[in-house]
Amino acid sequence: MTLSDLRLVISRGLNHSLGATSILAIRIFALFTASNLSVFRGERLVFSNVSFSLASGGALLLRGANGAGKSSLLRALAGLTPLAAGELRWDGENVLGDLSWYVSRLAWLGHLDAVKPALTAAEHVPVAFLEPLGLGRFADLPVRLLSAGQKRRLALARVMASKAALWLLDEPTTGLDTESEARFVALCEAHRAAGGMIIASTHTPLALYEVDVLAL
Amino acid sequence: MNLGQLIFRELRLSLRHGADTMAALLFFIIAGTLFPFALGPGAATLAGIAPGVVWVCALLAALLPLDRLLGADFEDGTLDLLLLSGLPAYGVAIAKTVVHWLTTGLPLLLIAGPLAVMLRMPSERLPLLLAALLPGTLILSLLGTLAAALTLGARRAAVLMPLITLPLMIPTLIFGAAAVTSPHPAAAFYMLGAMLLAAAPLAPLSAGAAMRAAAE
Repeated sequence: MTLSDLRLVISRGLNHSLGATSILAIRIFALFTASNLSVFRGERLVFSNVSFSLASGGALLLRGANGAGKSSLLRALAGLTPLAAGELRWDGENVLGDLSWYVSRLAWLGHLDAVKPALTAAEHVPVAFLEPLGLGRFADLPVRLLSAGQKRRLALARVMASKAALWLLDEPTTGLDTESEARFVALCEAHRAAGGMIIASTHTPLALYEVDVLAL
Repeated sequence: MNLGQLIFRELRLSLRHGADTMAALLFFIIAGTLFPFALGPGAATLAGIAPGVVWVCALLAALLPLDRLLGADFEDGTLDLLLLSGLPAYGVAIAKTVVHWLTTGLPLLLIAGPLAVMLRMPSERLPLLLAALLPGTLILSLLGTLAAALTLGARRAAVLMPLITLPLMIPTLIFGAAAVTSPHPAAAFYMLGAMLLAAAPLAPLSAGAAMRAAAE
């Protein structure tokens, strides 16, 4: 079985378990390239001349010590932090020239969960997307009653629900138990199998197939 | 996410945090009620100061929810998601302004009448007071959102916010009170309208830029 066959099997298996055939069906074919990126935070040059390219189905893991600039790079890729130099292109188009077009193609998970304690899980994410991360039975609970790991899973479910092609994930497995991490990895593989792309910073090894690693 | 969806979501969150609105309303009532205790129940004295008391109390009461208007989103990571929601940053500021006015300005406007009656304001002046408070509270919501955005991430945001908002509100206070007490109120209303027309585009644009700067 080839790698793409394996991804397809994971995707089909996941969709079957969700009772939906198109829940993660992105099916885009794109090439995302970053060239000579440099970012300043205040007066400090965080990194310079960072380049990479990522095709549909690809995954890029950002590695580096604390403060190396992994989160800054992710924020720059999301358009939240301005670039001091360099450019981002999506199929050759400069994405920073039309941010609204670009942000509709990306899903963001920061190091904070961005969930509201007063709202229920289902008010954050449609129930269909809670099940794959084991949150279905907590759908009607206010988020303030969820544990830290459950809140992280809710934030991941929101990424999945976005149906965006490019996932930008900052330490996505923080607070996750082993089972949840395995579910998350399966969802990442399904996303890639459907043509999506993932860029993630992580300190813990993720069991993703054929990932590129960018050391900062 | 479009503007309407964001306003609806923020209103739902405000309903879950109804105590914030209640606190502002109770502050408005209690602060207004203190004046007869301090100055005595004389009708002439109270009627003379009633417009100013209502305006100042409304101004101070509307400041109370401002520190959570954007601060909560900044602290839990939601601000990043809002900036990546596809709405321009000024659109997010407009939504926040509308929600602040609907949950604070409008209730204050509704309760200003009974408070003014309690302060022995002549009944023929009541419509003028309410008509002046309508643009006045809108201006306050616009400038308050701007101040909330400018102080995002600041160490003493809760202290800084009134220090920014209150001086900016002085012209509105002058013409708002004059609209009730002046024998020729039309000029004061024109000035209030002009200030609203100036603040309506400028405040959200500035607040949006401040939010982007804070998210960097």
